[in-house]
Amino acid sequence: MIRRIAPLAVTVAAVALSACGGGDDADLTIYSGRNEELVGDLIARFERESDLKVDVRYGDSAELAATIAEEGENSPADVFFSQDAGALGAVEGTLSSMPGSVLEAVPDRFRDPRGRWLGVSGRARVIAYNTDELAESEVPDSVFELTEKRWRGRVGIPPPNASFQAFVSAMRLDVGDDRTREWLEGMRDNDAQLYDNNIQTVEAIGRGEVEVGLVNHYYLYELKREDPDLAVANHFPRAGDPGSLVNAAGVGVLASSDGQDNAERFARFLVSAGAQKYFAGRTFEYPLIEGVQPPDRLPPLGRLMGPQVELGRLGEQLRSTLKLLDEVGFTT
Amino acid sequence: MTSRRPPLPLSVLGVAAVAIVCLPLVYLVIRVAGAGTEAWDVLERPRTLTLVAKTVGLVAAVTAAAVALGVPAAWLVTRSDLPGRRFWAVALALPLVLPSYVLALALLAVSGPGGLLGVPALTGFTGAFLALTLATYPFVLLLCIAALHRADPALEEAAQGLGRSPSQVFKAVTLPLLRPAIGAGALLVALYSLADFGVVSLMRAEALTRAVFLQYRGAFDRDPAAVLALLLVALTILVLVGEQRARSRLGSGSRGGRTVRPASVVPLGRWRPVALAFCAAVAGVGLVLPVGVLVAWLLRGSPSLDGVATATLNSLLVAVAAAAVTTLAALPVAVLAARFRSRWTVALERTGYAANALPGIVAALAFVFFAARHAPAIYQSLTLLVVAYMVRFFPQALAGVTSALSRAEPKLEEASRGLGRGPARTLATVTVPIVGPGLLAGAALVLLSTLKELPATLILRPSGFDTLATEVWTATSVTQYSEAAVPALVLCVLAAPAVWLLVVRGSRGLDLLGN
Repeated sequence: MIRRIAPLAVTVAAVALSACGGGDDADLTIYSGRNEELVGDLIARFERESDLKVDVRYGDSAELAATIAEEGENSPADVFFSQDAGALGAVEGTLSSMPGSVLEAVPDRFRDPRGRWLGVSGRARVIAYNTDELAESEVPDSVFELTEKRWRGRVGIPPPNASFQAFVSAMRLDVGDDRTREWLEGMRDNDAQLYDNNIQTVEAIGRGEVEVGLVNHYYLYELKREDPDLAVANHFPRAGDPGSLVNAAGVGVLASSDGQDNAERFARFLVSAGAQKYFAGRTFEYPLIEGVQPPDRLPPLGRLMGPQVELGRLGEQLRSTLKLLDEVGFTT
Repeated sequence: MTSRRPPLPLSVLGVAAVAIVCLPLVYLVIRVAGAGTEAWDVLERPRTLTLVAKTVGLVAAVTAAAVALGVPAAWLVTRSDLPGRRFWAVALALPLVLPSYVLALALLAVSGPGGLLGVPALTGFTGAFLALTLATYPFVLLLCIAALHRADPALEEAAQGLGRSPSQVFKAVTLPLLRPAIGAGALLVALYSLADFGVVSLMRAEALTRAVFLQYRGAFDRDPAAVLALLLVALTILVLVGEQRARSRLGSGSRGGRTVRPASVVPLGRWRPVALAFCAAVAGVGLVLPVGVLVAWLLRGSPSLDGVATATLNSLLVAVAAAAVTTLAALPVAVLAARFRSRWTVALERTGYAANALPGIVAALAFVFFAARHAPAIYQSLTLLVVAYMVRFFPQALAGVTSALSRAEPKLEEASRGLGRGPARTLATVTVPIVGPGLLAGAALVLLSTLKELPATLILRPSGFDTLATEVWTATSVTQYSEAAVPALVLCVLAAPAVWLLVVRGSRGLDLLGN
């Protein structure tokens, strides 16, 4: 009996395993640190227009950057679509150079000086607040006020989120590591509420779980579209405050990819007028190419003054920023 | 018992299966050993100690509460004159259909500001405790019902005849009879809550599984996540060892004898309404509430059906593949241990249970680390995902196959051969009919577990490969709870037949879980 079963078992197991092998038949694999909610439709549009079969792996930008670093040469990813410049910068050593025609579509300050990645949409850090609980005048103009007793247990932050991490990196570059650590510990001791991502944070503000939260400006509009009565608004902190960092979502092509052309096509698509209009009209971000109108409810990009920090320097900070967040206790 | 030497191919297959099962743990140890000393710093942090304490606290609380719900419920539906006992027995077991993270989702939806219940948000420890208790008390319930059915009512009746009150009888006779079942149930509950990832993540409760995931996701250097994962494994092994000790101290209890007649019924008297209210409350919160929430979301919103069909097919594909592969992989190991019993085959079988100490998040991490560096060909492939399921659920299949084989006496096969039937006909007409149902029950259990599995699926799945479980997860990560309704309901519907098989077949399936 056993002599019969053994080969049978091997055959069936082999068939079962090979049946589910196969797998990678995509023309382009995107690692997206941007949420499916926000960019799923855009990627679907690219798939239609390019006639390429696209696989997307969604995650947090820093998580995907760490994944790319871990995978090294073996990475199945062709292109990294990141929520912020820092996560791209952190893996810029694994990216190949982009052609000038793609890079030059966006202003200097939104791209890697050495041409390995470029920003495709602009966003500002804001202090979102619950409009039932607070008038805009009561919302702090600086994130440094949030460690005061008045805000105990009333502030929501999303430490796993790449844009939050970029803001912490910017604070470190702006005011130094010691003051940043002090601020983070102050936030922790002031019982800041931790969320996984920006959307959860804004929703918690809407439910009244917290009164204010540190997020990117555009999540509010996405949520308002689903629930127009959501009692949340954005407050732009004062110019020069680390809490007013202007950042960019961006894209880079992996040097290890054997589909450079398709990957570049995706990058080119993101800075096309169609995609830029999608950012302005659908996700309420700032388009970065000339000639596409920004969303009209927002202050013009040129008037937003973040801290004196170049986006290209955020990447080298990511490792140590993550370590700092971990040491303060925001990871475990 | 026989001392025949096993055929070589069988030995090779058995050893290969167990080697794959051990791979993640071994690799994790290698990785951690090769990591810089900095990775170990994570163990020295005061926060890690707090984390361990909170994890142990949660597991202990859930285990105690699951026993406190499961034991009285089992007694009520088997020994009392509770109206509608059959109905309650099924209704109280049915929360098994719901993945625990769906229970968590429902609790989140009805609590907090604007929630149906008007209670403060059920997050953190309280929320995780509630959801995990509701998800796990059916283990205790079913094992205790089975034990009560097996127990000879004569003992209880004798005590009654000696003038003991029902509560004295329960304490002096019934409870000691139940002790092995309670122990097995408590072990299942403890292992489940220690390994749970979905509930503690949704509830944002502090627990080791979530810490491992956050560390994995939130740091560039992934060695500390591996160290934390090993800490979790160590804790799991402590639970397993502690249970072994307790079991050997208590003895295995009276298991054998079949009941020849049903036990006499204890009249509840004025406690009837209380007992009814108890059953209704447990079934209400554990079953009616979550299903109600899902249905309400379905009816209220306009849930998009996009992707649900694909996710359903994907879930079924991997679950069926995992059930088949795992059962087939367990077969040679079980055959070796049952038919070619020797020191090494028994050791091989024992080692096969090592995966009991491997929570899903740990298995996922180990495979991701291993494949990204050493096996790029299967990295992010369905093959790797199915192998991970196989490793994770190998003990379930092994217990199923072993118990099935123990029912097929070698003598029957020998008799069939002696009567002139060839090996193939013997296999078809004797072995398969006897062993088949047990194999199916084991496979059904693996199927059910795979359908609900979350952490390994999240981390190991191919890019763009969505299953029902990951759809629920994605919807909740952006608090689109109503979007989770359809995949969650489909998941429950798919799980129902497997649960039915396990529950209706005298909860044999749970004996497998508890092995």
